[in-house]
Amino acid sequence: MAAYGSGKRYLSQRSAPIDLRFAAYAFLCVALMFFDQRGGWLESVRYGLRAAAYPLELALSSPSAAWRFTREVFEERAALQAENRALREEIRKLQLLAMQRSRLERDNAELRTLRTTATDVIEKWLPADVIGSETTSLKQRLTVDRGAVNGVVEGQTVIAGSGLIGQSLRVGPWSTEIILLSDPEHAVPVQITRTGVRTLALGTGDTGVLSLPYLPLQSDVRSGDQLVTSGLGGVFPAGVPVAEVTEVRRDGASPLAQVRARTYATLDRDRVVAFVWPRASHPAAGGKPQSDTGGDPTATAQPLPPPEPAP
Amino acid sequence: MKLPRQSLFRAAVVLLLAFIAQIIPLPAAVDVLRPPFVVLVVIFWSLRAPGVGGIGMGFLAGLALDIYRGALFGQYALATAVVAYLGVRQHLLIRNQTQFQQGLYVFANLLLWEFVVWVIDGWTGQPTGNWSRWLPVLSGTIVWPLVAWLLDRANAVAHR
Repeated sequence: MAAYGSGKRYLSQRSAPIDLRFAAYAFLCVALMFFDQRGGWLESVRYGLRAAAYPLELALSSPSAAWRFTREVFEERAALQAENRALREEIRKLQLLAMQRSRLERDNAELRTLRTTATDVIEKWLPADVIGSETTSLKQRLTVDRGAVNGVVEGQTVIAGSGLIGQSLRVGPWSTEIILLSDPEHAVPVQITRTGVRTLALGTGDTGVLSLPYLPLQSDVRSGDQLVTSGLGGVFPAGVPVAEVTEVRRDGASPLAQVRARTYATLDRDRVVAFVWPRASHPAAGGKPQSDTGGDPTATAQPLPPPEPAP
Repeated sequence: MKLPRQSLFRAAVVLLLAFIAQIIPLPAAVDVLRPPFVVLVVIFWSLRAPGVGGIGMGFLAGLALDIYRGALFGQYALATAVVAYLGVRQHLLIRNQTQFQQGLYVFANLLLWEFVVWVIDGWTGQPTGNWSRWLPVLSGTIVWPLVAWLLDRANAVAHR
């Protein structure tokens, strides 16, 4: 039978009940709307029907989703590559920055220890980077990147992280040669803090090792004693930590004790040192007047910032 | 009353396809212009084969639209049943009209369909939207000849 064969037959068969059927459907619709509007019991029906419709919706949306996915895979490849390149570039930049930062952090830590070394006799200080070093048994020298332009003068006290490191020897306009404590030609007047005994600490040519050859056999010195500058001699201000006694030998062959000490500053490892200007009025300042005139204002000595409160 | 099972099956498949065309995701700009395919198919079956389509089909298709669009239960069902009813009532008259006049008839039916939905929206306090809700009436009228031609072709092929 044809799907839409003789309309007449349908018409004749159905024309009577069709109005009735429509009325029934219309009534059903209105009733549905009424109940749906009034109460919530149709909500659960709707919920269930929506849940049933979900797989269909999912299936219908999948072609467009697949199409989107394919397009992303192919068309956005170039964009992703470009982004990848940019990100790589960024990473490289950030790595460089991180390296610089860690270096800055190390520098900062060293400067911090420098400052704790500085006693209140020090009025100004000028940090300097080590740009060269020579630590043989004949010569123990450092070259740093600050000079006369920055106000450095000859014979100026130089400290490093944990203590005295030496004094300026030859001042160039932009750089300074520093003679280290352990230079065989160098001597520093020191005082043993425990007993107050004053003596000289000579360099040995062995980096970081000082000898105290002028202590009598019976003098009260022992391993672990702390040495600070005595302030005598007019070069170094008093009270700067210098070294710790490591070895005391008393043999009968010599009337003097053979005392060795190790400097607090790691002479061969510090990368930042500081020239210091003692407070002229301070009694411990040592005699020598210091000049800090002229030079590059961005790199001249800074007034010492107030020390951090002790933890 | 015995209905041709094949025809019923075919009508169901066509209705399902129309429903797919109705809900398949489209960009928003195209979506406001999407013709009401389900209603077009209901009208088609009502005009061509009142025994296959008819009010029951309109009601069920409309109920499906209610569910899909989250409308009040019976809202689209009533509108679609009304259109189906008119189609069944007048299919003998319409069938003899020219394509253009059939197009006008479809336009009027779609307008009525949207109007019923719109009125119920207003009565029940739903948002009634703006002028763009009437755009599918126009687009539906425009695609009607194509839909009718396609379905006629399909029927012809099925009956060969």
